[in-house]
Amino acid sequence: MSTVVGLTGVTKEYPGGVSALRGVDLTVEEGELLGIVGPSGSGKSTLLHIIGTLDRPTAGSVHIAGHDVAKLSDRRLSALRAQHVGFVFQAFHLVPGVSARDNVAEGLLYSGLSRTVRRRRAAAALERVGLADRLDHRPHQLSGGQKQRVAIARAVVGEPALLLADEPTGALDSASGAAVMELLRDLNQEGATIAVITHDTEIAGRLPREVRIRDGEVVADTGDAVSAHGVGAAR
Amino acid sequence: MTRRLKAARLGPRDVLHVGSAGLRSRPMRVVLSALGIAIGIATMISVVGISASSQAQLLRELDKLGTNLLVASPGESMFAGEDVKLPEESVGMVGRIDGVQDVGATGDLDASVRRNEKIDEGDTGGIVVKATTEDLLKVLRGEIGSGSWLNDATGRYPSVVLGHVSAKRLGITGPGRQVWIGDRYFTVVGILAPLPLAPEIERSALVGWTGAKRLLDFDGHPTSVYERSTDASVGDVRKVMGATVDPRNPQNVKVSDPSSALRAKAATEGAFSSLLLGLGGIALLVGGVGVANTMIISVLERRYEIGLRRSLGATRGQIRIQFVTESLMLSGLGGLAGVALGATATGVYAGSGGLPWVVPLWAVSGGFAATLAIGTVAGLYPAIRASRLSPTLALHAA
Ligand SMILES: Nc1ncnc2c1ncn2[C@@H]1O[C@H](COP(=O)(O)OP(=O)(O)OP(=O)(O)O)[C@@H](O)[C@H]1O
Ligand SMILES: [Mg+2]
Repeated sequence: MSTVVGLTGVTKEYPGGVSALRGVDLTVEEGELLGIVGPSGSGKSTLLHIIGTLDRPTAGSVHIAGHDVAKLSDRRLSALRAQHVGFVFQAFHLVPGVSARDNVAEGLLYSGLSRTVRRRRAAAALERVGLADRLDHRPHQLSGGQKQRVAIARAVVGEPALLLADEPTGALDSASGAAVMELLRDLNQEGATIAVITHDTEIAGRLPREVRIRDGEVVADTGDAVSAHGVGAAR
Repeated sequence: MTRRLKAARLGPRDVLHVGSAGLRSRPMRVVLSALGIAIGIATMISVVGISASSQAQLLRELDKLGTNLLVASPGESMFAGEDVKLPEESVGMVGRIDGVQDVGATGDLDASVRRNEKIDEGDTGGIVVKATTEDLLKVLRGEIGSGSWLNDATGRYPSVVLGHVSAKRLGITGPGRQVWIGDRYFTVVGILAPLPLAPEIERSALVGWTGAKRLLDFDGHPTSVYERSTDASVGDVRKVMGATVDPRNPQNVKVSDPSSALRAKAATEGAFSSLLLGLGGIALLVGGVGVANTMIISVLERRYEIGLRRSLGATRGQIRIQFVTESLMLSGLGGLAGVALGATATGVYAGSGGLPWVVPLWAVSGGFAATLAIGTVAGLYPAIRASRLSPTLALHAA
C-alpha cells in the first residue's frame, strides 16, 4: 500500500485575513474511499483544491502521488493533474453541444494520447459508468444523474491515482445521487482512491472513512489509525 | 508509482480543435467580429487591385503600340520666331539608318480647316493642317476608324483624312463630307481611330504630300519625322538620328520617344491612392480592436471551461495557445473573407471597364500577414489573462 495524499500542517489564508484551513494533517492511502464533511464555509472545497493541486497552501507541505507539490513548476503540476488526479464537480462542467464521448475524451486531451486512443478509451469509460448507449448524446439530452456519470467517466478515463469529487450529488435528486454514490463505491472496489465532499451525513456515514472539518481544522477522522500507519510507511 | 512528470504537447490538430471550440459554439459572433477585418482587407485589396488592373491595361496597350517609335522634330531655335524646319531629304536619310524599318513624316501647313468658307479663318479649333507621307499610318500602327487612308490617287486631289479629335471638333462623323482648307473644298476620305502614341495626329487634318505641294503651297520640308526600328536598335538609332536628319545643325533636332509618356502614365496609375489605402488600414485596426474585445468577452464567459481544462492538466502555455489560436482563426477568417471580397470587387470593376483582372500576390499575402499579426496581438492579452486565472476561481460553484 502506498501513500497517495500526504498533507502536513497545511494552512490556507485568503487575502483579507480569512483562514480557510489551519494546520491540517491528512494522509490517504491507495485504495481508500473517504468522505469529507463539515458545515458550509468550513474549508472543504479549499482542502479539495489543495489536494488536487489547483491551489497552493500558504504554509505546510503537500505530497501527491509521491511528488512534493511546492517543488513543482506550473508545467509539472499540470502534468501531475493530467496523470494522477481526476475531478468531479457539483456543476458537472460538461462542454455544451459536444457528445458524451467527446466530453469524456477531453479528459485525456492533455495526456499526450492520440485522438483515436482517446475516443476509444472514452467509449470504454462511458460503458463502465453504464452509459454505453448514450455515447453520441449531447449534455442537454441527458438527465442530471447521467451528466454526472459522464463527468465521472471523464475523471476516471485517465485512470488517475486519485479521484476528487466536490459534492457530486449536490445538484441531483436522491435517487440519482444514490446511483452516483453507488458508482463511486464500485470504482473504489475496483481499486480507485476517492475523496468525496458531501453535506449529507447519512451518505458520509456509510463510507469506509469519514473526515470531519470545522473552521478549517480536522475535528474527527475515523481513519486515524490507518493514516498513522501510512505516514510511517511512506518514504 | 512515481512516474516522471512531463507535460504532454498538444498536436497541431488538437490545438486547432481547442482553438475553434469557442468559435463553433457562437457562429453569429464570429461573423460580426470578423467583419471589421474583412472590410479593412477588402478595401486594401480592391484599392491595390483596381490600380494594378488599370496599370496592366496601359502596359498591355503599350505593348501593342510598341516602344520602338522615335520622332525627330525641330528643337528650340536660337533666334526666336524663326521658322525652323527639317531638311527635305531627311526622310530618305533616316530610312537608311541601320535597323530602321519604316519612316513617315508630316509637315505643318499655314492653312486652316473649317466646316465651310463662311467661318472665320482664325477659328481653327486647335486643328493643324499637315501634309503627310503615305507611310505615316504604318509607322504609327494606326487604324482607320471609317473610310480609307490617303493613297497615290487620293493624295493628289483635294482629299483629306481627319484625326478622330479633329473630326469630332468639326462635327464630322463619316467620310464623304467636304471641309474648307486654304481656298477650296477638300473631301474627307477617312477618319482615323484614336492614336495614343501620337496625340498631335489625332488633332490634325492630313493632306497628301504631293497634293499639299500643289494645292496648298507646301515647300516639302518635314516638321516631324517618325521612324519605327527593330526593338534592339532603338538606342543606336536614337544616337545618330539628330545628325542624320540635319547633318549641319544636329543640335536643332529634338528626338523624342512617345511611348515614354505612356509609360509614365502607367507608372502613376500603378501608384494607388494612399488615402483609400489609409482608410482600409483604419478599418483593419478597428477590426483588430473588435477581435480583441470579442476575445476578452470570450475569456470572461469561459472561466469555467478554463478552470476545467486546468484541472484536466492543461498548462498555462496550453491555455494561452488555445486563445491565441482562437483569435488567429477569428482574424484569419476575416482576412480570407476580405481577400475574397476585395478580389471580387476588383473583378467587377475590371469586368465593367474591360480591364484585365489583376490582384497582385504581394497584396494578398501582405494583407493576410497583416491579419495574422493583428490576430496575434489582439489575442495575446486575453490569452495571458486566461492563463493567469486561478483554476479554483474558475471552478467556484456555477
Ligand atoms: N477565493 C477566496 N477568497 C477569499 N476567501 C475565500 C475564497 N474561497 C473561499 N474563501 C473562504 O474560505 C472559507 C472556506 O471556503 P470553502 O469554499 O472551502 O468552504 P466549504 O466548506 O466548501 O463550504 P460549502 O459547503 O458552502 O461549499 C470560507 O469562509 C470562504 O468564505
Ligand atoms: Mg464547497
